[in-house]
Amino acid sequence: MAAATASRSGLRSALPLLAPAYLWLTVAIFLPLSAMVFFSFMTELPLSGKPWAFTLGNYAAFFSQSLYLTLLLASLRLGLEVTLWCVVIGYPAAYVLAKVLKGRSREAIFLLVILPFWSNGLVRIFSWAMVLREGGILDTALNAVLPFKINIDLMYSYPAVIIGLVHSYVPYMVLTCYLTLQAIDDSLIEAGRSLGASRLQVLKRVIIPLSMPGLVAGAALIFVPVVGSFMEPRILGGRTGTFYGTVIEDQFVAVFNWPLGAALSFILLAVVLVILAVASPVLRRAA
Amino acid sequence: MRMPDLTALLTATAVFTSALAFAAKADEVHVLNWKGYGADEPWAVEAFEKATGNKVVNDFFNSEQEMLTKIRTNPGLYDVVMINAAFNDQAMAGKLIQPIDVSKLPNYADISKDKAGSPMLVHDGKVYGVPWVWGLTALAINEKSFDKPPTSIAEMWDAAHKGRVVIRDDAVEAVQFGAIATGQNINDIKDMDAVKTKLTSLMPQIKTFWSSENDWNQMVASNQIDIGTYWSGSADRAKTHFKLPVSLVVPQEGAVAWLDAFSIPVGAKNVAGAEAFINYMIDPKFYVEWVTKVGAPVSANTKAVEALPEDAFNRKVMGDPEVAKRIQFQAPITDAQREAYLALWQQLKVDVK
Repeated sequence: MAAATASRSGLRSALPLLAPAYLWLTVAIFLPLSAMVFFSFMTELPLSGKPWAFTLGNYAAFFSQSLYLTLLLASLRLGLEVTLWCVVIGYPAAYVLAKVLKGRSREAIFLLVILPFWSNGLVRIFSWAMVLREGGILDTALNAVLPFKINIDLMYSYPAVIIGLVHSYVPYMVLTCYLTLQAIDDSLIEAGRSLGASRLQVLKRVIIPLSMPGLVAGAALIFVPVVGSFMEPRILGGRTGTFYGTVIEDQFVAVFNWPLGAALSFILLAVVLVILAVASPVLRRAA
Repeated sequence: MRMPDLTALLTATAVFTSALAFAAKADEVHVLNWKGYGADEPWAVEAFEKATGNKVVNDFFNSEQEMLTKIRTNPGLYDVVMINAAFNDQAMAGKLIQPIDVSKLPNYADISKDKAGSPMLVHDGKVYGVPWVWGLTALAINEKSFDKPPTSIAEMWDAAHKGRVVIRDDAVEAVQFGAIATGQNINDIKDMDAVKTKLTSLMPQIKTFWSSENDWNQMVASNQIDIGTYWSGSADRAKTHFKLPVSLVVPQEGAVAWLDAFSIPVGAKNVAGAEAFINYMIDPKFYVEWVTKVGAPVSANTKAVEALPEDAFNRKVMGDPEVAKRIQFQAPITDAQREAYLALWQQLKVDVK
């Protein structure tokens, strides 16, 4: 009884603290998103002043044309590849930050990792464009150093999209992995080593399993936005830069067909949720 | 949350709030136009405000559909709206714009007769749009890549330019370009399969799809492209304003021409101010300054074009009667056609991945 009263009064005192956040979420996320769900079932945008009716046609459009499915698969593949590269690059960096570096040097490297967050995304992408193009910074620098002539023109290609996206999202992986890696007690690693495990065995049996929650969280944080990305593919991808996200953007910006754009967005949301739901038991077991 | 949603939400919020905005004040002129397209030049706004005492309030749209929606959902808010002649019909049929009393516009008499009398702007003898400027979607070349300018649209398909060709990311423009390349009328495309085949064979040549003037100019500045579709006004701006090695080519097969016009929405609060503003926009003095300071398409006002120096691009090239014979003006497009063009264009873009 006393405990129940205490928890109720705890909730009551917490309420003023929680209210602004929930109010904001309701106004800024829930209401507009509900409006979008509503729009996705309409023949015309009610704002357009034309007569409108409810329809499933916008969702049917996805299934009636193979191009949407093709693009969705391409976007999912892009999401997987970018996530993979983020693990390959971000995990070792997080390990070094958490276990090797100490003090000032750790702070300095940490700052470098977070730095991209402080610049505008569009600026980052345009600076990549300067680096990657033929006669750009990378091309010129390599040719200045190397004795033979090479020609680097990565701009407007699939690898350029991958590079741009990995650069944008790798800090998420570093930060989430850093938190879990830092929490691993050094004595566990020392115990493993003293009992005769090789470095590789320690990594496989101790470090990776214990840091799995960070890896999973980072992967989810990266995979979801990358699948819907449209700015990076459009600017860096050139001819190959058509993805599911760019088609949704076209519906909103170029042809003003919000109902179809909204329907395509919610199909993507559903697919991503299904993927996360299927993957979560597997990942939880691994974690 | 993904960006498309976010952008959409912001736009939705903007639409809702603008719907709730207070009605326009009498001495304000609310103008709806593309951003960075003449009417919002600070020096022009200042000169107009000084001369007439009206205050200019600019608002912008990102697509013609958005423009129509904005007038529909904000009756009485806008006094002047810039509408591509191909959309004038749709706006008039939807009772969104009103007839204009051209006797109140002293400069109207100087507008070339073929533009002023365009059946796209004049319905039942009433003027629903005052022609402002016109231009071409033609080809532009990087002068460094050519000894002498090409004359045929076929240059875009030349294997020598593989990976150095650009085209705008716009379904209607792409399909109409394909129609010209296959010798068809852009407003009455009979053989859509030919257009599709022609565009399919162009796709492997393409470096990227441009969407803004800045994209195009950057690629020429870094010598990444040889040739591509471009707007006449932008090619002029690239050459005169940004000093880039760009020149416009109006191929012998023809080019797509468009006409932009000003209209007054139904229920405009400040019709007198709107008339004064439109008159100012077609005035030679404004036009010459716009061309000199910024670079612009061709004015529909013959006196304004004559006020340019004789060798000015908009006078010499665009005024050439030989060019006039080759160009085809865009006529209205139905929503069904637009959707079909978009489906074709998206399919082409997916197939080339």
